[in-house]
Amino acid sequence: MSGYTSDPRIRPQELLPWIIAIAAFFLLPEYLSLGARVLVYILFALSLDLILGYAGIITLGHSAFFGLGAYTAGILGAKYGVTDPFLQLLAAALAAALLGISTGAVILRTKALTLLMLTLAITSIVLEIANKASSLTGGADGLSGVQVAPILGLFKFDLFGRTAFIYCLVALFLGWLLIRRLLYSPFGAMLTGIRENTARMHAVGAPVYWRLVLVYTLSATMAGVAGALLTQVNQFVGLNVLGLEPSGDLLVMLILGGVGRLYGAFVGPVVYLIAQDYLAKQYPEYWYFGIGVLLVVVVLFARGGILGLVDQWWQALSRRSSSARASAR
Amino acid sequence: MRTIKIALAAALALSAFAAAAQTIKIGFITSYSGLNGNLGPYMERAVRLYIKEHQKELPPGVKIELITRDDTGPNPDKARQLAQELVVRDKVNLLAGVVFTPNALAIAPIATEAKVPFVIMNAGTAVITTRSPYIVRTSFTLWQSSYPLGEWAAKKFKTAYTLVSDFGPGHDSEEAFGKAFTAGGGKIVGAVRAPLQNPDWAAYMQRVKDAKPDCLMVFIPAGKTATAVMKNFADLGLKDAGIKLIGPGDITTDEELPNMGEVALGVITVHHYSAAATRPANKQFVADWKKEFGQNETPNFLSVGSWDGTALIFEMIKQQKGKLDAERSIEIAKQWRFDNSPRGPISIDPETRDIIQPEYLREVKKEGGHLANVEIETLGTAVKDPWKELQKKK
Repeated sequence: MSGYTSDPRIRPQELLPWIIAIAAFFLLPEYLSLGARVLVYILFALSLDLILGYAGIITLGHSAFFGLGAYTAGILGAKYGVTDPFLQLLAAALAAALLGISTGAVILRTKALTLLMLTLAITSIVLEIANKASSLTGGADGLSGVQVAPILGLFKFDLFGRTAFIYCLVALFLGWLLIRRLLYSPFGAMLTGIRENTARMHAVGAPVYWRLVLVYTLSATMAGVAGALLTQVNQFVGLNVLGLEPSGDLLVMLILGGVGRLYGAFVGPVVYLIAQDYLAKQYPEYWYFGIGVLLVVVVLFARGGILGLVDQWWQALSRRSSSARASAR
Repeated sequence: MRTIKIALAAALALSAFAAAAQTIKIGFITSYSGLNGNLGPYMERAVRLYIKEHQKELPPGVKIELITRDDTGPNPDKARQLAQELVVRDKVNLLAGVVFTPNALAIAPIATEAKVPFVIMNAGTAVITTRSPYIVRTSFTLWQSSYPLGEWAAKKFKTAYTLVSDFGPGHDSEEAFGKAFTAGGGKIVGAVRAPLQNPDWAAYMQRVKDAKPDCLMVFIPAGKTATAVMKNFADLGLKDAGIKLIGPGDITTDEELPNMGEVALGVITVHHYSAAATRPANKQFVADWKKEFGQNETPNFLSVGSWDGTALIFEMIKQQKGKLDAERSIEIAKQWRFDNSPRGPISIDPETRDIIQPEYLREVKKEGGHLANVEIETLGTAVKDPWKELQKKK
């Protein structure tokens, strides 16, 4: 497992996701818009993994930040003529960070179920505001006409999603570098400590509450950026970026991939969104059933998510080969 | 010389073969799951039935391939993504379908950017057709039903209360009815908007009851939600309090009437289509529907919008002999008249690309042991979208 104590250098297998992504760009030109969505959700899942998997903050309200980021970028692009993609990202990050620190400072004094309900309440409130402020957000009809200028004045967001894919890939790469750096730092070790034994972390003099607020704000910021990316890719914002459902979906993706492991956040969204895309195409009337079956199977047979399963197999395989070697001796 | 001849013959044969293998791909997006997910099949069935019955009329060698996708209810984000994929991956010639307005609005920019004609077979907010020059609508607008309803109601009632779903069509319905009703001398005593995905109507109904209006105008998306509204209307005693329930035809869709039961009796609506209509074209349509899908099945207004939309698509294909050009298709749509629609003669307004159609005043009555929307009066034979007419005057 990754952590402060392990070697912080990037191992060769950690380059695998990036190689796959670049290969996908060249090999699957028709799937790039789906690809860009997957990348956005990976970034979103990473942000959740940081607080859920590492700091142990359970939340059903992470979509509040994602949605706020999405709407911030969208409203700027549709109503105020701020079309520069980086400015939109920056504004979204700031807005999400602000919401993160202000709500985090209140709700992180609570734990477990209370915390869960509070996070849910926050995203519901944001959802209701977005629904009611329809002159700004378009309400249930959604916010259309979001303008996004070409990146650096050169790369226009095209119908095929080429620009969007590369743009999201770069954003995800930077997000991944940042999170990876965090997890391998003393800060990351402290988070794991808080998750495993809060009382002891208090005892060793760690500022538990402030660490939690900080990581919560960081995660919120990242979720806000992911939301803004989605807006820019879609050039549209709908209410479905907010509320329980997207939070739940995200949680499902993370559980699918494996919670508390950096690459669980990579595997989950890929499997979930591709399965969704495939099933919805094959069986437009019954595709939810397929998703349901997938979930049941994972929860029953792969408790640590898909990566947990891979781990188990790997261990079983190496145990067998070592025992085979022992008996050969 | 001979080789050239052979080569020419081969080329001819090849081109003939290419023409023969002409396939028109229609990207069909509708709702099979989520809020009112039962409505999607009513649209798809109509499209498939039309294709089945009229396939022979297509130019020789031309085939239609229908690619269906689920937008999961009012989910504009998903709809946009599906439309994009249909255009990029499946390279469809046309986009069609769509139950919900937000989804149609989200797809509009894709139609414009990709230059793909987009035939709207249900979504009824007035503004939709202005969002892309490639949009044609064969369904209806809420203004078309709610405005005449308001005019009619103003003659019968003094006060009205409106209850609508809080999204595009709801706002349209509220505004259209309100405008016509007050212009006719009526008074709106209260207007409330309920969230689109609202599970509980009791609180709203209680407020209406306390306000004691002569009539309550309701718009909610067609389907199961309407049944819930009806039940609450009766349970809270609004019917006994003498409040008349009226609305656009969305609230008494033909397939939901059996689920509503006695409550629905006497509800007055204005709409373009009732499965109980006695026009020969409609009788034929309903009979074919029952023959294809079972005796207990009934088409509804979504089916008719899709049926007529498919007829329009056929016209585009026939006139262009199977080679679709976006601009040309839209031109054909603008000139389109269809006298044989189950709802009566319809056409497309060349200025707005929106539908012109008859509107009927209907009452829910018992006919042969079943509840039905019985047409009691024709309010107009060629109603244009009133919203667009009002915009022009401004």
